[in-house]
Amino acid sequence: MENNQTSLVRFDHQIILDMVGRNSKVLDLGCAKGDLLSLLIRNKAVKGTGIEIDEQAIYKCIEKGLTVSHGDIDSGLMDYSSKRFDYVILNESLQEVLNPEKVILEALRVGKKVIVGIPNFCHINARFQIFFRGQVPVTHELPYQWYNTPNLRFLSLKDFKNFCRLKDITINRTRAISAQKEVKFLPNLFAHIGLFLLHKD
Amino acid sequence: MNPNNLGLVETQYFTFAEAPNELTLESGVKLGPITLAYETYGTLNKDKSNAIMIFHTLTSDAHAAGFQKDDPNPGWWDGMIGPDKAFDTNKYFVISSNVIGSCKGSTGPASINPKTGKPFGLSFPVVTIADMVLTQKKFLEHLGISKLFCAAGGSMGGLQALKWAVLYPECVGSVISIAANHRHTALQIALHEVGRQAIMSDPDWQNGDYYGKSIPARGLALSRMIGHITYMSDKSMDEKFGRKLIGKERVGFDFSHDFEVENYLKYRSDSFVKRFDANSYLYLTKSLDYFDLAEDSDLTATFKGVKASFLVISFSSDWLYPSYQSKEMIRALKANDLDVSDCEINCSYGHDAFLIEIEGQSRLISHFLNRLSKEKIYGK
Repeated sequence: MENNQTSLVRFDHQIILDMVGRNSKVLDLGCAKGDLLSLLIRNKAVKGTGIEIDEQAIYKCIEKGLTVSHGDIDSGLMDYSSKRFDYVILNESLQEVLNPEKVILEALRVGKKVIVGIPNFCHINARFQIFFRGQVPVTHELPYQWYNTPNLRFLSLKDFKNFCRLKDITINRTRAISAQKEVKFLPNLFAHIGLFLLHKD
Repeated sequence: MNPNNLGLVETQYFTFAEAPNELTLESGVKLGPITLAYETYGTLNKDKSNAIMIFHTLTSDAHAAGFQKDDPNPGWWDGMIGPDKAFDTNKYFVISSNVIGSCKGSTGPASINPKTGKPFGLSFPVVTIADMVLTQKKFLEHLGISKLFCAAGGSMGGLQALKWAVLYPECVGSVISIAANHRHTALQIALHEVGRQAIMSDPDWQNGDYYGKSIPARGLALSRMIGHITYMSDKSMDEKFGRKLIGKERVGFDFSHDFEVENYLKYRSDSFVKRFDANSYLYLTKSLDYFDLAEDSDLTATFKGVKASFLVISFSSDWLYPSYQSKEMIRALKANDLDVSDCEINCSYGHDAFLIEIEGQSRLISHFLNRLSKEKIYGK
């Protein structure tokens, strides 16, 4: 049964929903209040688990009937044996982890496939702000100032692809989006978010 | 009466293992007859599938919720058990069982040994957490319940819940372990040993043979003071007492009490001495110190075959059963592909938090149980 509320669902969540196979086992790293996990359970009948650092978000997840673990992504992955999950999801959380390289490789160890969603720090608005105003960009998608941002890593879609090439990670699918639409033309310039489906042999 | 309260409740007793069918304890010693004190709240459903067993702490009792006749204070977890509370008695049949070795109505060192007609004292066998669980299992069989919907408890109660899941995997649908750990650590054993030495060095202790005479009150009070400190945190103590003096402008320059915290410890330990047996304190601390779920083997292997879903709750300020230790256990559970949720609740109350912090625990527990009831009806 497809959910009829799909129109209210965040666009990046819809894309991830599209990437995940039915009845699969999913680990959502940095699952926040569990909206994505709930969506996947409802629409794709996945067996899902989340990891989340924020205590208040844990309450919300449990209230939604989810299985969730309280902890940070950097250390949470070592709890799991290899290829335990069909999909490991790192949506909007990679830029906040201390050691992204290790986390991605660990995610590829415990998951057969990994879905990564990253904000594009080289969107045209950001480039304009750096070039013309001489300021570190503050945009709708990246609303933080340098002194209060939770983001530790600043990367573009191109940077991420380069990283995957360097580490022999295969990108099975790439989707670039901006607001509610896909970006096909010059995604590294016009997309706000990049979503990648990865695997490593 | 408040509709969220259970109203009047009464402790009941179950006696079994009468001669010649004495129970063989983990130590190999046979014991019988054995009595367990218990209370129940709510109603057992037709297919007997809504039973939750609640386990208490070191010095507590079967009276977990509601009010007993002529007692203005409710049971020790009244905030958590009752209609529309975390353990909702409109839905679940809650069983609270006292433990073997206790002095709260169950068979323990203060009970009369039927062979001698005198109190057991030190002739009572050393009991373990496994023995507590074994006796509770017999009790559950007596009630005709083959499977617990949930086994839940904090501190020593958490250890019992965990042991239930390992000893009787077919009989436990879920486990809620709060402020507990899979094994007692050197620090915990050391603190207990100081408490035991305080009791045993009291001249009135008389090798445990003090019943009907002067009790080892000073030793027991001292051990309770030590225990009580370990149940708080530096922050909660500082918030509660700070350096406040008792009824004086300045310190007395003598060894009478100056500080409020000194008075508090004396008050708490004096009231404890009136309600608890020193020998029981020795036996129950020993049972905790012997506790190691993995029994020196691999913890991951220990959980093999366990089927329960788990909710593990810890508290940021609990230094007696710190969160990082429950993380170790969670890792072993996950390695067995078990359904585990966990939360470290941020609060300053220390180990005692599980008796005080009701809101966060209630949110976690009620929704965890809710999900499992739905899964039971509709399948996973």
